[in-house]
Amino acid sequence: MERDREVELARKLIAGEPEAFDRFVEHFRSKIFHYSWLMCGHREDAEEVAQETLLKVFESFDHLREPERVRPWVFRIAKNACLMKRRKSVFAPSQELSLDDFLPAMTPEGGHAKIQIADWSRLPDRQMLQLEMKEVLARAISELPDNYRSVILLRDMEELSTLETAQILDLTEDVVKTRLHRGRLAVRQKLDEYLRTDGRALPSHAEGG
Amino acid sequence: MESHERTEKCREVFSLLSEYLNLELPPGACKEIETHLAGCPPCIEFAESLRQTVELCRTYQPHELPEPLGKNARLQLLDAYQRMLGARKSASS
Repeated sequence: MERDREVELARKLIAGEPEAFDRFVEHFRSKIFHYSWLMCGHREDAEEVAQETLLKVFESFDHLREPERVRPWVFRIAKNACLMKRRKSVFAPSQELSLDDFLPAMTPEGGHAKIQIADWSRLPDRQMLQLEMKEVLARAISELPDNYRSVILLRDMEELSTLETAQILDLTEDVVKTRLHRGRLAVRQKLDEYLRTDGRALPSHAEGG
Repeated sequence: MESHERTEKCREVFSLLSEYLNLELPPGACKEIETHLAGCPPCIEFAESLRQTVELCRTYQPHELPEPLGKNARLQLLDAYQRMLGARKSASS
């Protein structure tokens, strides 16, 4: 639904209807700001990336041949703006995450293996969206190595497709899938640790056994 | 022996869970995972926590907003847009 609205705004802007201008700016400025903040790590950088991206977007709007692709097109420009910005900052080098790092510990219990994880099933979604949980999630994402963080942000937060993400990041679709899975596992592990250690967390099955 | 096989299958399912949740697997592989999950409560539990992680990312609404767009910054963008329209008009005439 949100993407339909973006496409409609892009069509209007391409057609030279300036009444779509402010709505387009407001919508994408906020999206680019959040993406860049989690990519660059600094609020000031994120503000600048949002402005630089939108400037480039408006300068080259007539290069957007298919309005349906406005979101991946904008994020490709934002990704490049982030890269330029990050050259000036100190960032954690890219590193590879291994699947084995996230395999849950299995303990045999009565012949059936138990995974030691927090009990997520009893935590309602709305409770998980509380401010504290949001901060835990944002921190988990910001602590991912760059190459995984960029994929999570585009695939799971911006809900771009595997192909669109691959095109934005100049990766193959298989690499996007691999990084998405490992990135998700890393985020899941951080949330799980939080749920296990936080005062509100429910006891895990393994501890109960 | 049986528990060893279970662990190997668990590991295979574990490596495919995101593609499974994204509906990116061919029907055969999907069916295999579903069969395994139906008989393996620990894997179901893990898959559910991963699904919730993805759901959290998708519904994440940051509480921090950018500073309001300044007048000059807006004019800079509007100017770029109008110049783009102008250039296109002169190119087509």
